[in-house]
Amino acid sequence: MDKIRFATVWLAGCSGCHMSFLDLDEWLIDLAEKVDVVYSPVGSDIKEYPEDVDVCFVEGAIANEENLELILKVRERTKFLVSFGDCAVTANVPAMRNMLKGADPVLRRCYLELGDTTPQLPNFPGIVPELLDKVRPVHEVIQVDMFLPGCPPSAPRIQAALEPLLRGEKPVMEGREMLKFG
Amino acid sequence: MSVKTLKIDGKEIAIEEGATLLQAAKEAGIRIPTLCHLDGITDIGACRLCLVEIAGINRLLPACVTEVSEGMDVQTNTPKLKEYRKMIIEMLFAEGNHVCAVCVANGNCELQDLAIEMGMDHSRFPYRFPERDVDVSHDEFGIDHNRCVLCTRCVRVCDEIEGAHVWDVGFRGAAAKVITGLNQPWGTVDACTSCGKCVEACPTGAIFRKGATVGEMDRDRSKLDFIVTARELKQWTR
Ligand code: SF4
Ligand code: SF4
Ligand code: SF4
Ligand code: FES
Repeated sequence: MDKIRFATVWLAGCSGCHMSFLDLDEWLIDLAEKVDVVYSPVGSDIKEYPEDVDVCFVEGAIANEENLELILKVRERTKFLVSFGDCAVTANVPAMRNMLKGADPVLRRCYLELGDTTPQLPNFPGIVPELLDKVRPVHEVIQVDMFLPGCPPSAPRIQAALEPLLRGEKPVMEGREMLKFG
Repeated sequence: MSVKTLKIDGKEIAIEEGATLLQAAKEAGIRIPTLCHLDGITDIGACRLCLVEIAGINRLLPACVTEVSEGMDVQTNTPKLKEYRKMIIEMLFAEGNHVCAVCVANGNCELQDLAIEMGMDHSRFPYRFPERDVDVSHDEFGIDHNRCVLCTRCVRVCDEIEGAHVWDVGFRGAAAKVITGLNQPWGTVDACTSCGKCVEACPTGAIFRKGATVGEMDRDRSKLDFIVTARELKQWTR
């Protein structure tokens, strides 16, 4: 059997879900035998999200133009997409800025009102991605195949979700073992 | 006192007249999920989690405010009820601002527990991200309206048990919120005895003891030792 083409992406999140993934420790060696890591901020150095990905874990909410562009590409090129962690599932902490109603008030608050020295708005078109007005969970933007909430999901829970996927089965996300917010 | 006989999930039950379906179910060892219900205070049927199906009645009724009657045939856990309960929880999450990761009640919250019980893994309803405030004017306690589910347990416990009636529900529709006094800062309400009953009654992280927020956490310096010595002592798990 061909190896499963596995990817992870990191959008608007703190990377904690990826750190928790790395907490799988020696099980990562078993995992590496079963999958080809074709794209991942912690598992490969490939810059362009490839075609024909079997399984992708998505950490983070959709907060800026780059997140949006990448998630659309990821959805198009991935068979089974997992919303990985609370930021992906609920928009979580990154979405707390939604209460300020729009990108402009957020930037003004952070860079002008709270700017200590030489307050100025960041503006480098093409280099610094523009903030979206509203931070949204992944499934409000694209269709998601499975949800693994938690901030972050613990390593054993990530493993329990991955193991069935490696056998081509969909894990049953039920009960305290598999579901946790926060 | 007359006794009523009825069936809940196929189980024959006899209970005194005037009892609620929730009480009858509890007596029969059948769990019906609840959120706004709190033993010892009046039931008001606010959250609708306890909805049940009754044969011959074509709408769902809340078990906490429905009295038993002779010959009732009640179902408490049909696929339809499970689906509605899950939707209610999803709506509660989408309606307020629940950022569990930074909440005082994380891991100790009835709303979280219900989400897990109902098998909620995400909200199918778009999040509203309402603008809500936090009141920390009281010496000992605070309220974060972002996490309030309007169960009114605080309102009832303060009125019925403490007898102070500090809380009420103000405004209408999506703007409804619990208020203290005449919608004034909690710390300025003379009627409050600081008994803490509302703090105990609140099912979520909305009402909290000051000093318990994430930002006010006390550091435990002895924990630093672990990080330094874990490798040496081969403590791979905590
Ligand atoms: S009140 Fe409960 S559900 Fe809401 S943020 Fe706090 S822990 Fe989460
Ligand atoms: S502390 Fe006691 S008196 Fe004050 S609002 Fe809460 S229940 Fe009422
Ligand atoms: S503050 Fe707590 S007890 Fe009062 S209505 Fe809100 S959730 Fe219920
Ligand atoms: S517990 Fe019955 S409606 Fe809330």
